[in-house]
Amino acid sequence: MERLFRRPGAQSWMLVSPIMLILVFFLLMPIGMITAVSFWGSTEFSIYPAFQFDNYEYLFGSQVVWNVFIKTFTFALITWAITLSIGFTVAYFLTFHVHTLTWQITLFLLCTIPFWTSNIIRMISWVPFLGRNGIANQSLIGMGLIDEPLEWLLFSDFAVILAFVHLYTLFMVVPIFNTMMRIDKSLIEAARDGGASGFQILTNVIIPLTKPGIMIGSIFVVALVMGDFITVRFMSGSQIANVGRLISNDIGLLQYPSAAATAVVLLCTVLITIAIMLRFVDIRKEL
Amino acid sequence: MDGKRPLSFYILGAFFVLFLIFLYGPTFTIGILSFQGPGGGLTFPMRGVSLHWFDELFQTQAVGDIWGSFRRSLALGLMVMVTTVVLSIMGGLAYRKRFAGSNIVFYIIMASLVIPSILVSLGIGLIFSQLGWDVHWSTSGFGAQLTWTLPFGLLIMFAVFNRFNPAYEEAARDQGATSWQVFQHIVLPLIAPSLIGVALFGFTLSYDEFARTLLTSGSYNTLPLEIFGMTTNVTSPVLYALGTLTTLFSLSIIGVFLCIALFIQRRRAKQGSDAGKGMV
Repeated sequence: MERLFRRPGAQSWMLVSPIMLILVFFLLMPIGMITAVSFWGSTEFSIYPAFQFDNYEYLFGSQVVWNVFIKTFTFALITWAITLSIGFTVAYFLTFHVHTLTWQITLFLLCTIPFWTSNIIRMISWVPFLGRNGIANQSLIGMGLIDEPLEWLLFSDFAVILAFVHLYTLFMVVPIFNTMMRIDKSLIEAARDGGASGFQILTNVIIPLTKPGIMIGSIFVVALVMGDFITVRFMSGSQIANVGRLISNDIGLLQYPSAAATAVVLLCTVLITIAIMLRFVDIRKEL
Repeated sequence: MDGKRPLSFYILGAFFVLFLIFLYGPTFTIGILSFQGPGGGLTFPMRGVSLHWFDELFQTQAVGDIWGSFRRSLALGLMVMVTTVVLSIMGGLAYRKRFAGSNIVFYIIMASLVIPSILVSLGIGLIFSQLGWDVHWSTSGFGAQLTWTLPFGLLIMFAVFNRFNPAYEEAARDQGATSWQVFQHIVLPLIAPSLIGVALFGFTLSYDEFARTLLTSGSYNTLPLEIFGMTTNVTSPVLYALGTLTTLFSLSIIGVFLCIALFIQRRRAKQGSDAGKGMV
């Protein structure tokens, strides 16, 4: 025991062991369980252990499922592009245009506070804006821009993406701001002395140095959007499906094996996407 | 600096203000609408101003078990907060040295952030049902939420210890402090402000968690689950009143934590030594 304790790393292992226990029991084993259940069979009333590929066959054979996956990717891509543009601009403003640290921190905190409030409430809060008689339609009609209320504001792709951007832009702002703040200002001066224009400084100095932050933010946004089911359900009024909703619908019908198979495919898709993104950045260096 | 701002400052500044309006506008709107008169609907115009919908919240019969779910969310939030803080400190300390397998553990922690919440929820639900255990917010729900709060706490602690100057500890050790004394008197006070951050993450992420708790909380709902249930059958501003109240609660929690962090910072600045700053 004494010798075991003195071995290098033993102390570290003891310190991380509670975390590992929790993650093994509440993360790895559940994933293993889902993988196992995805090969099980089900009747209308119960599920039974088996080793069959029916669930996957059904999944890959269905055109509907393919479309839902494409929809999920589309949501992720559009949300990623918008949150990246907004997040980068906001971080750029805070870093290079706000000159005192106190103001930088204050404004940064203002951007992050909504992160600590309820997502569900923040979704609900779009209803008075986007509804048929909502603020958006009322003011557009008031300005004479439209005669009829727009129907596509609430319960539509537009509403879903709007909510995603509203909820997840913070996940871009925070890591991008974090890396940008660490850029040595003398590099920018050097570039200016060398005759670079503002745009050249942006594309040749700032963007390359900010890339790790951009990648971390992107991973967050893509993972959150691809794994989401509640935003899509609420903002589309249950009219649009993404992969998360396929899973939650199956769960609602107690079709756990089918839900598990979809979950496994979703997990693989998310992990592959992130693995590709990780090729561009070493996260541990960025902390 | 000649004090004159370039044009780009005003353009980006305007963009930033618009972004803040976008972030906060909807929340303020439901804040205003929650004071609708008794005859008012889900959007403008306001039909009078009243506290009717807040009053409705206290009539338990009308809207379900809101206060029970609030108490559960509060208790769960505190449990998750304490566990997250303690385990994050331990994890942070562990990672000050490289150890065999540290990379694998790190990737599992990161995976916990990106694995879709519904999978965690579904997987834990399946395990509990196969083991014949009942899911309950204080067991399965607690574990499910830790898979979300721990990675955030650990990321903060990793960042803190990456910038931590070991000279202070070495000095204390040279004076004969035991490792527990070094931790208690040197490390803990130095990382205290960051721990406030970890605690804030732990509590608020748990208090607002939805997807991971969905299939793991059992027959007693937490507040976000209760609110979501209400969205399907309650179509009156009572929803806004509840939203406004819980947002105010979240904001006051954030305020309290920020004040504590500020207080620690102030006290430290006051008691700090001026050694090495030269004679004045």
